[in-house]
Amino acid sequence: MTNSAVSPSPSHKRYFFEKFGITERLLERCLGEALSAGGDYADLYFESVTSTALGVDEQIVKSASQGTSAGCGIRVLSGERTGYAYTDNLSSERLLHAARTAALIASGPAKQPVQGFVETRAADLYPVPLGGFDLDLAARMELLLRADRAARAFDRRVVQVRASYAEELRRILIAASDGAYASDTQPLCRLSVFVIAKEGALSTKGSAGGGGRSGLEQFTASKSPEHLAHEAARGATLQLGALPAPAGEMEVVLGPGWPGILLHEAVGHGLEADFNRKKTSAFAGLIGQSVASPKVTVVDNGTITGRRGSLNVDDEGSATQETVLIEGGVLKGYLSDKLSARLMGMPNTGSGRRESYQAIPMPRMTNTYMLAGEDEPEDIVRSVKRGLYAVNFGGGQVDITNGKFVFSASEAYLIEDGKITAPVRDATLIGNGPEALKYVSMVGHDLKLDEGIGTCGKNGQSVPVGVGMPTIKLDKMTVGGTGR
Amino acid sequence: MVQTATEKSTEMSLEEMTGDLVAQAMKAGASDAEAVAYEGDEFSVTVRMGQVETLTESGSRALGLRVFLGKRSASVSTSDLTPDGLRQLREGAMALVRITEEDSCAGLPEPGEFGALPGNLHLYFEDVYSLPVAERIEWARRAEAAALAADARITNSNGGSFDATTGRKVMANSRGFLGSYRTSYAGVSASPLAEDENGAKQRDGWWSGARRMMDLESPESVGKEAARRTLRRLGARRVTTQQVPIVFAPEVARSLIGSLFEAASGDAIWRSASFLAGKLEEIIAAPGVTIIDDNTMLLPSGVGGFGTSPFDGEGLPSLRTTVVDNGVLRSYLLNTYAARKLGMKSTHNASRGLAGTPGIGCGNLYLEPGTRTPEQILGEVKAGLYVTSLMGFGTNIVTGDYSRGATGLWIENGQLTHAVEEITIAGNLTEMFRNITAIGNDLEFRGAVAAPTLRIDGMTIAGA
Repeated sequence: MTNSAVSPSPSHKRYFFEKFGITERLLERCLGEALSAGGDYADLYFESVTSTALGVDEQIVKSASQGTSAGCGIRVLSGERTGYAYTDNLSSERLLHAARTAALIASGPAKQPVQGFVETRAADLYPVPLGGFDLDLAARMELLLRADRAARAFDRRVVQVRASYAEELRRILIAASDGAYASDTQPLCRLSVFVIAKEGALSTKGSAGGGGRSGLEQFTASKSPEHLAHEAARGATLQLGALPAPAGEMEVVLGPGWPGILLHEAVGHGLEADFNRKKTSAFAGLIGQSVASPKVTVVDNGTITGRRGSLNVDDEGSATQETVLIEGGVLKGYLSDKLSARLMGMPNTGSGRRESYQAIPMPRMTNTYMLAGEDEPEDIVRSVKRGLYAVNFGGGQVDITNGKFVFSASEAYLIEDGKITAPVRDATLIGNGPEALKYVSMVGHDLKLDEGIGTCGKNGQSVPVGVGMPTIKLDKMTVGGTGR
Repeated sequence: MVQTATEKSTEMSLEEMTGDLVAQAMKAGASDAEAVAYEGDEFSVTVRMGQVETLTESGSRALGLRVFLGKRSASVSTSDLTPDGLRQLREGAMALVRITEEDSCAGLPEPGEFGALPGNLHLYFEDVYSLPVAERIEWARRAEAAALAADARITNSNGGSFDATTGRKVMANSRGFLGSYRTSYAGVSASPLAEDENGAKQRDGWWSGARRMMDLESPESVGKEAARRTLRRLGARRVTTQQVPIVFAPEVARSLIGSLFEAASGDAIWRSASFLAGKLEEIIAAPGVTIIDDNTMLLPSGVGGFGTSPFDGEGLPSLRTTVVDNGVLRSYLLNTYAARKLGMKSTHNASRGLAGTPGIGCGNLYLEPGTRTPEQILGEVKAGLYVTSLMGFGTNIVTGDYSRGATGLWIENGQLTHAVEEITIAGNLTEMFRNITAIGNDLEFRGAVAAPTLRIDGMTIAGA
C-alpha cells in the first residue's frame, strides 16, 4: 500500500502517528494480518478520547473529573459474519495479536487488502477546539455558576440546583482493506441543569440542557446558562400545580424541537438497515409504501454544522449525508452501514456508528427530523376540542419487531376547546410505528431542532444524536395518565 | 483465551500500581487519595439462523484516582498504564483538585471503618473460559436452534448468544485500605421471532446467567423458554382504558424494587428528590412487604450472588440492610457522603466507577417471597392484566408518578386469555407499594435485583 492520496485533514491522523507511533506500514500489516484467514473486508478503528466533567451543586464547585482512554478495534467481515477484537495497548505486537484474533472468524486462503489508501473527502462540520486538557476550566465553571444563580433566582420554591458540564474530544483514525482511510477530531459538549422545587410535602423536578459539537460560544440565547436554568426551574415549579394526566386515546399536539423523539422511536430505529436485512423490523419490505400522512417528510441528516448528532465521517470512515427516510408519507429508504449496504445491494448512507473502539459498528441515526409544513402552530392548537399538548419529553423506547413505541412527556398541558389549559403530571404516550404517523393531520411551519441533549441506545451502545420537528397534530394517540 | 498463566503477574502489578499512585499523590500534596484499577476480559458470540454472526474476544485495563485537598476533591481516569500515563494522571488530579471548592461532607470514610468480608465469597470461577471457542459457539447455536425448533410459527430470530466475562477490581487508599476481588460471569440467551397467520410479528427472549458454567441452564431449556415467551405474545391486542388489578411477573416486578431502591438512595433523600424523603419509620408499603439489600449473600448453590462483593466502592465491608420491614421504611441506602449529609451512618452501598465521585448502588436487592403460588394469585383475579414486559422511562422518583408501556396477557376469571399490547399502566409509586395485595412464593435470583410475582390494585390502564 502506498500513501499517494492527498490528505484533507492531516492533523487528525498525525495525532495517532505522533502520540502512539502508528505508521501506515503498521496499518497495512494489521489489515494483512486481519485477512490472513480470508474474509471479505477488514478495518481498523483507532480512537483516543479525553473527557472533562464539572459539577456545581448547592452553590459549591463540588466535582471535577477528567478521563482519557485510547484503543483500537479490529473487525473482519466474512459474508454475514463479523469477527472483532480490541486492545487498549497500541503497541504493534498487541495490534497484530488483535488482528489475528479477529481473523479467526474466516477460514480460507489469505486475502490481500486493496493497494493504496484513499482518504475520505469529508466535510468540516465542527471547529476543532484547542482541545485536550489545556482548556479554560474557569470559563466553563462560570457557565455553571451562572446557571446555578439563575435557577435559584427563578422562584422561591426552588430548593435544589445542580448544574453540570461535560466535554469530550474524540479523535479517530480508520483504515480499511477496501482502501478507505479517514480521520477526524470530534468535539462534543453539554451543559445541564437539574432543579428540585418544593411546596408543602410535594417535591418536583425539572431539567434542561443544551450542547453540540462546538465551543463555549454556543452557550448563548436558547442555550445560555440563564435560559436553561429558567427552563429547568419553570418545569419543576409547573409540576407543583399539575393535574393527573388523562388516560386513553385522544388528539395530541406535539410542540416543536425535542418532541421529535417521536420520529426517532416511531420510525427511526425501525428503518435501520440491519433490522430490515434480517427482517426483524415492522418496516421490513415496506419501501415504496405509505407509512405516514402525505404531510410527513422525515430525514436523517448527519451534515448539519455543529449539531450533536453530526459527523464529518461515520465510524467506518464513510462521509455522512442527508438521507430521506419518508417523503410525502411514503417510505423511501433505510439507514445503512457498509455490511448492510453490501448484503442488501443498497447504497451506504454513512450511518455506521459505534460507542467506542470496544464495540462493533452498526447502522444508527444522526439528526432525525420532520420537515416543516404550512400550518400555523396557533391554528393547530385551536383545532383540538379535547386533547394533550406535550412540549417536553424524557426518554423513549421501541420494540422494532411489533413496532410499538413509547415516549414519556415531562411537560404537557390539557387542551380544552382549542385552548391550552392546565399542566398535567408525567405520562407516557404509546403508539404503533408504521401506523402512528398516518394520523398526522397538521404540520406547523415552525421546524426546530433540539438543543443538543439526546443520547441513543441500541444493543447496549450509546451514541449522541439529535432530533427535530415542527408543531404537529396527531388525530389520535394513547396517553397513559391516570385521570378521566 | 489464555488465562491463569498471566494473571498472577498482572494481579501484582495492578496492586502495586494503585498503591504507588496513592503514595505518589500524597507525596504531591494530596491530603488523602484513593485509587481503583479494573481489569477485564470478554468473550461474546452470537449465532443467527445457525451461522456465527459476531464473535468478539478482548481484554482491557484502566485506572482511576480520586484525590482530596482537605474538603476539596477531584477524580481522574486513564487507560494508559505506562509510567508516563500514570504520571500525567496524578498531575492532572492535583491540578484539577485546586479548582474545586470545599464541601463539608467530602472525604474518605473514617480509618476504623474500612474492611472486607472474610473468606471466599465464591465470586470467581475460571471455568467460564473453560470451553474451547468452537464449543462456546455451539452453546449459542443450540440455544437458538431450540427456539427455532419449538414451533412452526417461530420463523425468524435475533440469534442465540454465549458470553463469558471475568473482571478484577483493586482498590487502595491513603487510610491504609487495600483490597481486591475477582468476578466471573457466563450467559446464554435466545431471542426468536414468531409470526401469526396475519403476518403480525412478535419477539421475546430468555437467558440464563451464572458465575460458573455448571450453574448455567442448558441452551435447550433457554431456547425453549424463549420460544414459549415469544409465542404467547402472538395475537396481541389492545384493551380499553380501565382500572383493574395488575399482576406483575417476577421479571417485571423486579423493576419496581429497583425504583424503590432509587427512591431510598441517600443522594435522592438529602436532595428532597424522592417520594420517600422524610418517610423513615413510616408505613410506605403494604403489610408483608419486606425489602432487603444484601451485599453479602450466597445463592443456594453456595456461589456468591450477582450483587455480592467483599467491600463497597469506598472500601467498607459489605452489609445486609433491611430497607423495608413489613411495610415500614427502616433504612435508606447510603454511601459516606449521603450519610454525612443526613447525619447517619453509611450502609456501605457506595458504588465506584473509574471516574467521578462514588455513587450509591445496590447489592442483592430483593422483596421477600410470600406464600402463594403465581397460579393462586392469578386465580383470584376476575378481570385484570398480567404484565410480562415494560417499556420506556416513565418513572419519576421525585413525585412517584409512574406511567409505562406494557405488554402481557389478559386475565379473565382467573385464567390467562389473550395477549395484550400497546397500552400503558399508570399510578403513583406511593400508592402502588401500599396497594400490593398479593406476594408470590416464586423469588428467584436471575440477577442482582429480584422480586416474586406481585399483585397491585388501583392502577389505570390506558388503551383503546
